[in-house]
Amino acid sequence: MRRSVVITGVGAVTPLGVGADALIDRWAAGESGIEDGLGRCTQFEPARTLSRKQMHRSDRFTQLALVAAAEALACAGWDDELPYPPERVGCIVGSGVGGVETFTSQQATLDARGVDACSPLGIPMMMPNAASGAVAMRHGITGPNWCVASACAAGAHAIGTAARLVQSGEVDAIVTGGAEAGIAPMVVAAFARMRATSRTGVSRPFDARRDGFVLGEGAGVLVLEEAESARARGAEPLGELLGYAATADAYHLTAPDPTGSGPARAIELALEEAGVGAQDVDYVNAHGTATPLNDRVETEAIKRVFGDAAARLQVSSLKSAIGHLLGASGAVEAVATVLALRRRLAPPTVNWADAEEGLDLDYVPVRAQPLRAEARARRAVGISNSFGFGGHNAVLCIAA
Amino acid sequence: MSTPETTPQSIEETLFDAIAEIGPDRSDITRDATLEDLDIDSLDLVEIAQLVQETWGIELDPQEFGGVKTVGDALDVIAARVLVL
Repeated sequence: MRRSVVITGVGAVTPLGVGADALIDRWAAGESGIEDGLGRCTQFEPARTLSRKQMHRSDRFTQLALVAAAEALACAGWDDELPYPPERVGCIVGSGVGGVETFTSQQATLDARGVDACSPLGIPMMMPNAASGAVAMRHGITGPNWCVASACAAGAHAIGTAARLVQSGEVDAIVTGGAEAGIAPMVVAAFARMRATSRTGVSRPFDARRDGFVLGEGAGVLVLEEAESARARGAEPLGELLGYAATADAYHLTAPDPTGSGPARAIELALEEAGVGAQDVDYVNAHGTATPLNDRVETEAIKRVFGDAAARLQVSSLKSAIGHLLGASGAVEAVATVLALRRRLAPPTVNWADAEEGLDLDYVPVRAQPLRAEARARRAVGISNSFGFGGHNAVLCIAA
Repeated sequence: MSTPETTPQSIEETLFDAIAEIGPDRSDITRDATLEDLDIDSLDLVEIAQLVQETWGIELDPQEFGGVKTVGDALDVIAARVLVL
């Protein structure tokens, strides 16, 4: 029999604040954490949680991961010690661009002051796996550990990959998610040059006026455990990870295949693994970047999979409230999805007002809505979509 | 390069500040504190050697800290190089 994977802890640092509760409370209230066209974690104070040495030795993306992970472990009741032998616990944290602030500032140091001025910490701080390593070091986790890098799908791929390790029996539990601190001038410039980011600085997923994504930063971390093991130690799961699938468009470096077949196949496979029919899905946490192409293709993909059932789905994008957290987005969105399902509500697509022809799903405009009555009476089921440059598609199916 | 105000005291002050920057509490940094107690490792020593070069213009191979156990030992290594000028 296949081993089931339950979610027993969540943590997040996002532009809506520090903590998973701040994320879901404020998003459900229709608030936005975007200021001046960027989704910065302005309330994040790493010194409250991290030692000076930890801060000195880590890029911001690692610091965000450490704080989100500490919250997730505490939420799972792992504060004092790991409930499993440390080698039976894994850690996989994804990132899109890694320590890009460190990378670019060290390049500037090299250019201005030469080799001797470069920091010996440059490499260990910029490497995208630094967060995964740091989380394991802090909590003494000695099982499988690596970083998943698949651009804006990294967080979801990390969680899916982590779940596979639990299912296969390689670990009893795993700490997983994504972290990103990519608001560096070079990254901002590069996204702007490819016209991926919003010129107005307003994130309007699925709205006719959408003009690109708003760059954000943050981290989301979940604790996954094998269901029987979690039960045996008396843990109360927040939800269950029912299914995961990953596909590739194999179409274009940055543009999605306009047919939506790649994302559609990922959704279908995730539902198939979950044993969930299209009629049983209540909520879709969309990738919803607010780029003209993504939102159209994602809508197509959803319609393709759900057919007539698409009309009754509640579909919303967290990126409307916090922007696009790149490699952290899939993880933060998974955290938000499980908490939204637990509350039996669909948080809103903030800023949505103008419909575009063909974009005709229920995007839960502006205000959160309760999930439909039948979802409130049984366990609620949602999917969380993540797609990345390179043609990566990852879909998680979650129940709570 | 050596400046008129470079004294054992000024070297100590500069080093203590640098160590505090790396992590330990300033109050824990004394001549007798061991590098192990302060959690100072090889990466930190590279940073300290870098500081010596930036402050006094002296190229110090981090290997020169090889036998160093305490902050005082590290100070002696630095002072021997800096004050000789």
